Amino acid sequence: MTSLPLTANINAARDPVDLAAYEGNQGYQAMHKVLQEMSPADCLQTVKDSGLRGRGGAGFPTGMKWSFVPMENASPGHKYLICNADEMEPGTFKDRLLMECDPHQLIEGMILSAWTIQADVAYIFIRHEYHLAIRLLQQAIDDCYAKGYLGEDILGSGFNLQMYVHSSAGRYICGEETALITSLEGKRANPRAKPPFPQISGLWGRPTIVNNVETLCNIPHILRHGADWFNSLGLGADSGTKLFGVSGRVKNPGCWELPMGTPIRELLEEHAGGMEDGYQLRGFLPGGASTDFLVEEHLDLPMDYDVIGKAGSRLGTGTMIILDDKTCPVGMVKNLIDFFAQESCGFCTPCRDGLPWSGQVLDDLESGNGMNADLATLEQQVKFIGAIGNTHCALAPGAMEPLSSAMKYFADDFQRHIDAKACPYCDADTATGGN
Amino acid sequence: MSADTHNNKQPGAVLTALEVMEIDKEISHAPYRSAVAIDALKIVQKYHGWVSDKSLQALADYLDMSAAELDGIATFYSLIYRHPVGEKVISLCDSVTCWIKGYKQLQQHISGRLGVGLGETTGDNQFTFLPAPCLGACDRAPVMMVGDETHVDLTEDKIDRILGADSDNSDGGQA
Ligand SMILES: Cc1cc2nc3c(=O)[nH]c(=O)nc-3n(C[C@H](O)[C@H](O)[C@H](O)COP(=O)(O)O)c2cc1C
Ligand code: SF4
Ligand code: FES
Repeated sequence: MTSLPLTANINAARDPVDLAAYEGNQGYQAMHKVLQEMSPADCLQTVKDSGLRGRGGAGFPTGMKWSFVPMENASPGHKYLICNADEMEPGTFKDRLLMECDPHQLIEGMILSAWTIQADVAYIFIRHEYHLAIRLLQQAIDDCYAKGYLGEDILGSGFNLQMYVHSSAGRYICGEETALITSLEGKRANPRAKPPFPQISGLWGRPTIVNNVETLCNIPHILRHGADWFNSLGLGADSGTKLFGVSGRVKNPGCWELPMGTPIRELLEEHAGGMEDGYQLRGFLPGGASTDFLVEEHLDLPMDYDVIGKAGSRLGTGTMIILDDKTCPVGMVKNLIDFFAQESCGFCTPCRDGLPWSGQVLDDLESGNGMNADLATLEQQVKFIGAIGNTHCALAPGAMEPLSSAMKYFADDFQRHIDAKACPYCDADTATGGN
Repeated sequence: MSADTHNNKQPGAVLTALEVMEIDKEISHAPYRSAVAIDALKIVQKYHGWVSDKSLQALADYLDMSAAELDGIATFYSLIYRHPVGEKVISLCDSVTCWIKGYKQLQQHISGRLGVGLGETTGDNQFTFLPAPCLGACDRAPVMMVGDETHVDLTEDKIDRILGADSDNSDGGQA
C-alpha cells in the first residue's frame, strides 16, 4: 500500500499510463470491489470519514458536498458529475500532471464518484490548451467503453454512466463551478447565485456535483484502502496527500506529491532546492494567484488548510509562487491584478470596474506617478472589492488577497515607489522590471 | 482573405458536411440545439481558423438561435476568434511566474523578430502573436504555445530556434 497513491504510476519522464499498464498496477480494482460490494451510501460514508477536502482551492469537505445530492427517487431524472479540469489559476500546474500521466486514475475516480451520487452522465470540463491531456482522456474513455467500464450496465451492476470530454474556449471564470455549469450549457460563463446550490439545481437544472481533478483522483484509493488509511497519510489535521508545487526563482521548480501537513520549509528547501543563486526569498503565495502572501516567519508552518488559513492566507491549489528580492512586489501584484481584471466576467460593478482601477493605481506607482493618496485608494479598494458578499462570485475577493497582503508585508516597497517617483527595481539589470 | 473562400463547397452551403456531422454528434447528447453553441463555434474554427460573420450566421440558423446571441457567446470566450488569424497563433504566457522569469524581454524579442506587436499578424500571414494567461507549466517558465505545441524554459535563443524551424516544427508535448 503506497503512501503516495496519486503519483504511484507516474515516472520522471511523464510517460502516460494506458489501460493495460493501469490495470497491471491494480487499476480499476477499486471499481470492481465497489460495484460488487459497496452501496452508494457505504461509499459516501467512507469518503466522509476519510476527511478528504476539495483540492480545487476552497478545501470544502468532499463527502459533505456530495451528501446534499438528492438520492433514491427524491429527484428522478439525470444527475451529473463534472470534473473541473479548467486549471487556469496562475501559478497552478498540478491537474495537468495527473491527466497527462495517469488519465485512467481520474476516470476510475469519476466512475466511483458518479456511482456514489448515482449520476448517469459525467463531463470532464478541460481547458483548451491541454491538448495532450484531452487526447489521452478521450482515448482512455474510448478504451473504457470498449471494456464495459463505461456505458450501460457496467460490470453487470445495473449502473449506467456516459462520459464526455468538453474542451473549453478560454476564460478563467469558467473554473468557478457555477460559471462552469453555465458554460457547459453553451452560454456566456457568468456565475450563478447560490442558493440553489448545484447539488440540487446545477447543469440544466438537475443535481450536479463539480469536483477538481485531484479530488476525484483520490477516490479510488480511499474506497479501496479505507478512510483510516487515508487519514493516516496526513502528518497533521488534514488527511491524505496533496500535489504541491513551487514556481519562481528556486533551483528546482516542480510539482511533487507529499503528505498533507508537509512543512513549507521542506517543500521549498528540500524539494524545490532552495532559492536560485543570487536570489533571496521575500515572500510567497502559498496556493496560486488568489492567495495572500506569506513570508519568512511562516516557513515552518505545515501545509494544512486550517493552519494556512489562520496565518492569514489560504492553502488554495497548493502550488506556491515565490517572490524573490530582485522582483518588485508592486509589479508582481500589478501583474496579478491585471490578470483578474482581464478575466472578470463583467457581471458586477466592483469587479468589472474596480479591478481595472486598482490596476491603474498600481501602474501609476510603477511608472513613478504615484502619490500618498494612492495607498488610501488601494486600501479602500481592498475593503470594498475584497469583502465577500460585495461581488457576485469569489473572483474579485480572490484578486484582492495578494494586494492586501503585499501592502501589509511590503509596505516599504509601496512607499519607496512614491518617494523615489520610480520603481526601485526597474533599473537594476537583474530585476524583472516594470511591466 | 476569408478562409471560407478556399473551401470547396456548394454555393450557399456555408457549413461543410464534416462540420455538420461533428456538430450533430454534439447535439445528439445535448438537451437542445443551442446548448452546443460553444462546441459548434470551436468546430467551425478548427476548419477555418476563425469564425466569420457568414459562418456565425449559418451556425446560428443551424442551432435555432439568433446571430446576436451566438455572437455574444463567441465574443465572450478568448479562444474563439472573430477576426482572421495567421497560420499559427503564438500564445506567450504573461502571467505571474512567467513575468517573474522575464516574460517582458521575450515579448520584445518576439515582436522584434516578427515585426508585429501583441494582437497582430505577420505580413506573410504565418503568425498571430497573442498574450496568454498562465499555461499551466509554471515550473518551466517562461512558456509559450505555437499552435498546439507547448514550449517551456524559453530563452531568446530557444525562441529563435522554434520560430526559425518554421511552421512544421513539431516536437510532441512539451519541449
Ligand atoms: C474564479 C474562480 C476560478 C476557479 N477555477 C477553478 C479551476 O480552474 N479548477 C478547479 O478545480 N476549481 C476552480 N475554482 C473552484 C471551483 O469553484 C470549485 O470550488 C471546485 O471546482 C470544487 O472542487 P473541489 O470541491 O473538488 O475542490 C475556481 C473558483 C473561482 C472563484
Ligand atoms: S466578481 Fe467578477 S467574475 Fe465574479 S461575477 Fe462579478 S464580475 Fe463576474
Ligand atoms: S505563469 Fe506562465 S505558465 Fe504559469
